[in-house]
Amino acid sequence: MSYGAWIILTGSLVGVSCGIVGCFLILRKMAMLADAISHTVLLGIVLAYLVSHSLEGIYMLVGAGIIGLLTAFLVQVLDTSGVQSDAAIGVVFTSLFALGVILLSAFAGKVHLDVNHALMGEITFIPWDTLTINGMDLGPSAVWMLGFVLILNLILIFFFYKEIKISSFDPAMATAIGIPVIFIHYLLMSMVSITTVASFDSVGAILVVAMLIVPGATAYLLTDRLIIMLCISAVIGVASAVGGYYAALAWNISISGSMASIAGLIFGLTFILSPKHGLLGKVLARRSISTQHS
Amino acid sequence: MNPVDISNVTVAYDRKPVLQEVTFNVPEGKLIGIVGPNGAGKSTLIKAILGLVPTASGTVRIYGKPYKAQRKLVGYVPQRGSVDWDFPTNALDVVLMGRYGHIGWFKRPGKKDTKIAMQALDKVGMKEYADRQISQLSGGQQQRVFLARALAQDATVYFMDEPFVGVDAATEKAIIALLNELKAQGKTVLVVHHDLQTVKEYFDWTLLLNKRQVALGPTEEVFTIDNLQKTYGGRLAFLDQQVNQPFVQQ
Ligand SMILES: Nc1ncnc2c1ncn2[C@@H]1O[C@H](COP(=O)(O)OP(=O)(O)OP(=O)(O)O)[C@@H](O)[C@H]1O
Ligand SMILES: [Mg+2]
Repeated sequence: MSYGAWIILTGSLVGVSCGIVGCFLILRKMAMLADAISHTVLLGIVLAYLVSHSLEGIYMLVGAGIIGLLTAFLVQVLDTSGVQSDAAIGVVFTSLFALGVILLSAFAGKVHLDVNHALMGEITFIPWDTLTINGMDLGPSAVWMLGFVLILNLILIFFFYKEIKISSFDPAMATAIGIPVIFIHYLLMSMVSITTVASFDSVGAILVVAMLIVPGATAYLLTDRLIIMLCISAVIGVASAVGGYYAALAWNISISGSMASIAGLIFGLTFILSPKHGLLGKVLARRSISTQHS
Repeated sequence: MNPVDISNVTVAYDRKPVLQEVTFNVPEGKLIGIVGPNGAGKSTLIKAILGLVPTASGTVRIYGKPYKAQRKLVGYVPQRGSVDWDFPTNALDVVLMGRYGHIGWFKRPGKKDTKIAMQALDKVGMKEYADRQISQLSGGQQQRVFLARALAQDATVYFMDEPFVGVDAATEKAIIALLNELKAQGKTVLVVHHDLQTVKEYFDWTLLLNKRQVALGPTEEVFTIDNLQKTYGGRLAFLDQQVNQPFVQQ
């Protein structure tokens, strides 16, 4: 496969995973928590490296998963003990992230990650960092990791679909009929954490938030069905990745930045043009009412 | 065995008790009104029974066993404002959620569940709205969807939190007829209700509540001026003492 094709594949996998998981964040009004987790997983990555002395994907996923859950847990604890929830997120987020940055700079010589790379990502290098087993070149390791995470996400959503749905829509009812709402919450948070980590290398901590939130927010404007929202969101994720790659080629700009910008552009257009919830739809509806009256 | 048997239940939010030593049990096959002023703890009582808020002390029994062992026997209609009606889903889907407790892990609602859900929608007169996105329903229609969801739970004991808020008079009568139908099947229905004028007409039994339990019993026995004054304190004015129709000043 060509260099460009690998980058497009990587970006698309990021787009699909983030797009799907992000829908649930939108519906549960937890965009801010995703923002927090996308930063605190940095601590997970550094700790995973310090413990395992390896940059293998699996250690990163485990480390990020644990720190992601810790973030969600600490936010929950502060929240239920009376701290305002946005303040709770802010405190946990900045503390854990700061710890991650300190550790990273203290051990910078040993870890091949640097802060800049972690924050901004570097999809350009993805195709060269390949997975080799017994001397066989199996393609970029980021693609393997992203593929694994995508499949895991899809399996979890498939099996827990109705539980995730009801605990997002009506947590009280869900609890009453015996669905472990707390477990589902942490399950989703784990999915956010591992998705973030897998996407990290390619798009970086800051832009992964864009990929998590923007496609879902766009899809929300376009449909009234959860399952269709998930599909649209995934498609927008892919479209942002592909569009972003070509835009970056054309104007010689950062690939990850341009992916996030395309996602933002799609959102903007949808917001204006969406027949259901968009500005244009509202104007048209108003006009058709007023013409009926005149 | 009593469908609902509660003893000494105390509930506190942040150490401030909102329900104190509530003890009662209700007989089977009755329509029971739960009446009390705003903040009396009516919703909290239901939530405590369903395990949605922790109890500081006391025990809750549904047909002699803890709620956890009896979930399938219990149906719930939350206050309408408790969910986000912009959620991307339609009326049928919401009613199908009433089946989730019966379906079990990893399974999807099947044909039988869909049939039950459609029947429930039909019962509340919402069949034509099955495919309608829930945000595009009126408040009264949303309330009926919640009711249909509870019917789809196919329960024996129902807890309904203000099911008449935002519904018109005709719908209210239709819902009452439905509740009476449930009663005729031997089911027990507890309903949080605000309109004191209709309590006597609707409910066999009444629970008067204001942090503590003021009275519980057959409506004609407990729904007295005296008890109402104890429940509502000074906020009660009497339109017409003769017909004994109390009404709460806003
Ligand atoms: N989550 C909560 N945290 C703290 N206090 C609460 C919470 N929920 C309810 N309360 C308080 O508990 C008391 C009882 O509330 P509850 O909702 O049970 O009243 P209610 O009888 O259902 O009132 P209404 O008629 O307005 O529905 C109120 O004083 C309320 O302020
Ligand atoms: Mg209430």
